[in-house]
Amino acid sequence: MDVKAIRQQFPILHQEVNGHPLVYLDSSATSQKPLPVIEALDAYYRQDNSNVHRGVHTLGTRATDKYEGAREKVRRFINANSTAEIIFTRGTTTAINTVAYSYARANLKEGDEIVITPMEHHSNIIPWQQAAKATGATLKYIPLQENGTVSITDVKNTVTNQTKIVAMTHVSNVLGTVNPIKEVTKIAHENGAVMLVDGAQGAPHMKIDVQDLDCDFYCFSGHKMCGPTGIGVLYGKKELLESMEPVEFGGEMIDFVNLYDSTWKELPWKFEGGTPIIAGAIGLGAAIDFLTDVGLDNITKHEENLADYAMAQLRTIDGITIYGPEERAALVTFNLNDVHPHDTATALDADGIAVRAGHHCAQPLMKWLNVTATARASFYLYNTEEDIDLLVEGLLKTKEYFGDVF
Amino acid sequence: MSFNNLDTLYRQVIMDHYKNPRNRGTVEGDALTVDMNNPTCGDRIQLQMQVEDGIVKDAKFEGEGCSISMSSASMMTQAIKGKQIEDALKMSKAFSQMMLGEEMDVDGLEMGDIEALQGVSKFPARIKCATLAWKAMEKGVHEN
Repeated sequence: MDVKAIRQQFPILHQEVNGHPLVYLDSSATSQKPLPVIEALDAYYRQDNSNVHRGVHTLGTRATDKYEGAREKVRRFINANSTAEIIFTRGTTTAINTVAYSYARANLKEGDEIVITPMEHHSNIIPWQQAAKATGATLKYIPLQENGTVSITDVKNTVTNQTKIVAMTHVSNVLGTVNPIKEVTKIAHENGAVMLVDGAQGAPHMKIDVQDLDCDFYCFSGHKMCGPTGIGVLYGKKELLESMEPVEFGGEMIDFVNLYDSTWKELPWKFEGGTPIIAGAIGLGAAIDFLTDVGLDNITKHEENLADYAMAQLRTIDGITIYGPEERAALVTFNLNDVHPHDTATALDADGIAVRAGHHCAQPLMKWLNVTATARASFYLYNTEEDIDLLVEGLLKTKEYFGDVF
Repeated sequence: MSFNNLDTLYRQVIMDHYKNPRNRGTVEGDALTVDMNNPTCGDRIQLQMQVEDGIVKDAKFEGEGCSISMSSASMMTQAIKGKQIEDALKMSKAFSQMMLGEEMDVDGLEMGDIEALQGVSKFPARIKCATLAWKAMEKGVHEN
């Protein structure tokens, strides 16, 4: 994999921030966009912009072909059985909420259980809290091991035949933990529960095969995988999606509309009320082409190297605390001595280095870690070992700076 | 910008307030208590004020957060102690003006150490840290 050539495809990376070359280490929040994605959006708006699935004119046909073509790209990308199983949403959050509103509220009753983990992003916690409140179901947590992983024994002990939904993140956005989704799915199914995977931090970084994982729902966002913001995907098994009611009603999703009742289009359109996110889907399709050309396996390998290198280098800093397991996705969450992570992030920014600081939309996990906030550096296909060297250098300077003033 | 420019933000006096916060703790006896947090970053503050005859007799805070939010809370409590409520509110307004990089309308009030936070206006992402304590004070006054 030629990282230098890849970097050439990302115009945003070639700029100075505060007088220093930008070092972008916040891809877990959102990834940067390569030229093919920017150009696909531009070309769509310049040449093809039109509404889809209506009208007979040429532009309408072009827009529809591109939009539905993007759906086929997504299907291949995650190896779904059919494009009927690919619903375009606003992002991971909307995808999870769709299942929590439609499937959960229709299938849960008092005494039933929803099982999640404390490492979830808020968007894979709150929809289930609300569904539990609405239905009388109980929300249960699989405890975490000391190193921030989930043990299969704990999964088996938590999931019971009362469990109707198990929802788990594929990769933790804070700890970098990669969860054993295939095994957990098997346990969920043995207990008669459906399995939903929050793939926001999974799909951008590794080959996803939903048929192999056998999960019932897989949710992810375009903007974390080189695509535009505002587009995401809800994958669901066809028979489940067919049994579910839409959550948004309006144009685009209807079959017949009468004065007092209506019928829905077939899958996947019954879940896509209103004019869909046409440009976003086309941009996501371009991102998938780009990632596929580079090769997901190459990206995974590159990120593994970066994660190993980052762990080794960051550990050399006296006074750093690193959270999460040894084996991890390409992100490192840490704190530096007594320096508050916001101050760390501001200091690094003065050197052009962009990291995230705060609770990372994972307040329960922050509580579990017994911290109020942390700093996080996350890597993607365009990052290099040199980026990590600059981060380490920046952190040493930060330590010195705040050491002096303290 | 380089690391030297960080000095615009992290002035010595700010670090002093961060390291040795004034009025950290809880007020004994009856007091107005306000909890406030910054949901985007997790900073939180509990501010207690004892107000008698329209004058802030005592003000104390507890909380967790970055150097800017905690030093600002320390400076704010120091500044409003012994002041008329209206003057405290005037100072809060002046502080907001300072954060926006505008001319401060202090109306003859002594802002003291607070002016050290002027540099925050050059770091837009950190303005919310600096204003947290002042927002808590305003909330407490208005709820009373």
